[in-house]
Amino acid sequence: MAAVELSGAGPRGPRPKRTFSGRNIMIYGTLFVAAVYYALPLYVMIVTSLKGMPEIRMGNIFSPPMEITFEPWVKAWAQACTGLNCDGLSRGFMNSVIITVPSVIISIAVASVNGYTLANWKFKGADAFFTILIVGAFIPYQIMLYPMVIILRQIGLYGELSGLILVHTVFGMPVLTLLFRNYFTSLPEELFKAGRVDGAGFWNIYFRIMLPISLPIFVVAMILQITGIWNDFLFGVVFTKPDTYPMTVQLNNIVNSVQGVKEYNVNMAATLITGLVPLFVYFVSGKLFVRGIAAGAVKG
Amino acid sequence: MSSVNARPKSAVFKNLSAKIAAVPMILTAMVVFLGGTIWTIVYSFTNSKLLPRLNFVGFDQFERLWSSARWITSVENLAIYGALSLVFSLVVGFLLAVLMDQKIRFENTLRTIFLYPFALSFIVTGLVWQWLLNPELGLQNIVRSLGFTNFTFDPLYDANIVIYGVLIAGLWQGTGLIMVLMLAGLRGIDEEIWRAARVDGIPTWKTYVFIIIPMLRPVFITTLVLIGAGIIKVYDLIVAQTGGGPGGASEVPAKYVYDFMFGAQNLGQGFAASTMMLITVIIIIIPWAFMEFSQRRSR
Amino acid sequence: MGTSVSVKDLTLQFGAITVLDKLNLDIGDGEFLVLLGSSGCGKSTLLNCIAGLLEPTDGQIFIKNRNVTWEEPKDRGIGMVFQSYALYPQMTVEKNLSFGLRIAGTPADEIARRVARAAEILQIGPLLKRKPAALSGGQRQRVAIGRALVRDVDVFLFDEPLSNLDAKLRSELRVEIKRLHQNLKNTMIYVTHDQIEALTLADRIAIMRNGVIQQLDDPMTIYNQPKNLYVAGFIGSPAMNFFKGEIVSSNGKQVFVCNGVEFSLDGYRATSGLTVGQKVVLGVRPEHIFVDETRDSGEFHDAVVDIEEPMGADNLLWLKHVGHVLSVRIAGNRRYQPGSHVRLSFDMSLASIFDQESELRI
Repeated sequence: MAAVELSGAGPRGPRPKRTFSGRNIMIYGTLFVAAVYYALPLYVMIVTSLKGMPEIRMGNIFSPPMEITFEPWVKAWAQACTGLNCDGLSRGFMNSVIITVPSVIISIAVASVNGYTLANWKFKGADAFFTILIVGAFIPYQIMLYPMVIILRQIGLYGELSGLILVHTVFGMPVLTLLFRNYFTSLPEELFKAGRVDGAGFWNIYFRIMLPISLPIFVVAMILQITGIWNDFLFGVVFTKPDTYPMTVQLNNIVNSVQGVKEYNVNMAATLITGLVPLFVYFVSGKLFVRGIAAGAVKG
Repeated sequence: MSSVNARPKSAVFKNLSAKIAAVPMILTAMVVFLGGTIWTIVYSFTNSKLLPRLNFVGFDQFERLWSSARWITSVENLAIYGALSLVFSLVVGFLLAVLMDQKIRFENTLRTIFLYPFALSFIVTGLVWQWLLNPELGLQNIVRSLGFTNFTFDPLYDANIVIYGVLIAGLWQGTGLIMVLMLAGLRGIDEEIWRAARVDGIPTWKTYVFIIIPMLRPVFITTLVLIGAGIIKVYDLIVAQTGGGPGGASEVPAKYVYDFMFGAQNLGQGFAASTMMLITVIIIIIPWAFMEFSQRRSR
Repeated sequence: MGTSVSVKDLTLQFGAITVLDKLNLDIGDGEFLVLLGSSGCGKSTLLNCIAGLLEPTDGQIFIKNRNVTWEEPKDRGIGMVFQSYALYPQMTVEKNLSFGLRIAGTPADEIARRVARAAEILQIGPLLKRKPAALSGGQRQRVAIGRALVRDVDVFLFDEPLSNLDAKLRSELRVEIKRLHQNLKNTMIYVTHDQIEALTLADRIAIMRNGVIQQLDDPMTIYNQPKNLYVAGFIGSPAMNFFKGEIVSSNGKQVFVCNGVEFSLDGYRATSGLTVGQKVVLGVRPEHIFVDETRDSGEFHDAVVDIEEPMGADNLLWLKHVGHVLSVRIAGNRRYQPGSHVRLSFDMSLASIFDQESELRI
């Protein structure tokens, strides 16, 4: 077999690549433009909230502040007016916290038990109820709003924060239950069976066997709920009174219902403050957030 | 509940703990979801004003609904917003995912940037874009100061294009998620398919069109359902960004429902409008559910 | 016979790791060359470099005397068959076969002719209208081969094509691939970790380890004259028996001593290469050791039976001797109790001795 002569000339090694090839320019260029579209509003928010009003009126929303002032932030937090109250967003913040923390805990507790039940303890009609629940996730909330109002009025919780907590638990049930059900179904059946063989009952298995290994899904559920409930507006505006407005409702009032001169910097500060909590959760949880959303989104 | 007795207990007591634990779910499903929906539908045939009254008036509310200019505008707006949202979300989301899949640097940073709007409330989104689209101080002003003095883009005051202003804001918030889902789908495609296509001499773009996208059908469908479910409910964004204006030009059904139910003290209209919303959802969901479940059975 | 594929000084580095190390390989026209090795040895990497799917850090690749180092896979005159078949799931078999040709602008009648030919050779005619999901594993693999066939190329590349199949299908398709090669007479480069496939299919085998070719020879040479310890231990099932010891002078002759026991080297082919005092490893295959049989050499070793593995046609006996465990293949109807003492004799003419340091065969 005649071997081929090694010609010193001729192509060898990797293909010559230019870093600035047309392909790279197109890819990074497009991504850069897209990134600007997404990042710009945040930048504008921050920048606007740190300017004084005279500077804003000069007209360029994209320019960084010439003189940084935190006054808009102070005003937004402590002095902005909603209706009769002029103690700023701090009131709404407290309300949101009072709404979110219990809602998250209760809705996740209930949904996880639901998911556990559906995954391991079949009883007649269980699947039918579950289907109704899931269908309920697609139905526009509007159609169940007024009946919910009536129910809350009957049990005396209409306008109270506890009423809103109940609402969030009820309407968060479908997606969360699905999430937990899928998770518990994916766990090996042997775990459950071993528990039964050992004589453990419904609640024992839940607390001693299932919970300890479910940390990932609980974290995902928490991220979903914290951001979802904190950002909610519709339920907030229907089921609360001015005293008990969550932050989102108050924010909208501050910005959109003000007569007279619009203080854009205060508005943007207020907007930023409202967005900070879910943004913080997002930046901290990073990849988990993505997985949580994807998990919640991959429905049957 | 372990039982040592050989005698079977009555069916009700089997799995008693489970049934008790499921009570919240059962109550919610039956009372709120099923019961509430039926209640609203029934009362949409009444002429309730401030309080619900069982005074049946047939299709009166619905006739009034469909002859109301405001409702017609709402529906039109929803249709335009919905269709464009769907198309652009899918296209932009998919294209961004394709770009992100090219083994680039800064992937994590870029993903964080694309996705963070999703963590924000619609109210925040609406307010920010309201500010950005402010004609005197916002985008229009900037472009004009760059020399294009005739540039006009004030969706907030132009009834014809206000829905597009809302669209820009909505896309800004939602496409990050679509991109993430598409990227996950792309990453799930076997590397060897790409190699086989390359050996076959198939150009990259054709590989995407003829091979990859058909393989991503499940992801596209999931995304479609997600976007669709979100579109019907659009309310917060409108309230924050435009308040329904200018002059009712950016009304949407969800806002119509709220305004009549809690604002104008016309419960009947509110009920009728929400019933219409439900019917729309059913019309869209049923074909999809049909497709999904009949496919399952044939597999 | 000219050279079909030639690899010169091929090097590939991923960061600090050298996957391929100045590899040189010449493959003849119509040859069936097998790249054999365990995971991570670089065989798939080498194949992907030849295909053009991976770029080398240095070196050149020639196909049919043409330098293709910078060419795209489609311009190299190759067809490739993948481990997971990689069939386009949404297309029918027919479309899978013809898609690449249609993209290239081949006229329709030519496409039809090639598809028909491939279908006939691989007997997938009745499957043309089906989609991959409706095919069995073996059928899918045939379609994958068909996709390479229609390209009308000189060189076929196989990347562990049978690894995803069960044992029975694997042996069936193995025979079919051999028949295919006999019919088509194309050059075929085949990657596998399965030595049975290598031994049965190859004209020559290149055993690879850590990016370096350990030995390049025809199967029988590799089997009978392994160049180093690694090759000797890799090829052959059950594996070759190894004894660690040294060369000692006894009665004026060189003998092998292991743990105090002498092994006569009568019959060994390369005694001239041995030196007294050299530390070596003696390697003898299970079928070259004899139990309780009269042999010409007359030298016997006493060993104890540990376990027997009766396999029907053969019985694999595991014995303990001189501190080592060894396996011996005997006829299936001969049975031994564990713990029984037997007499072993070794056929040194077929044995191998390796230097302990260099691990090279002497």
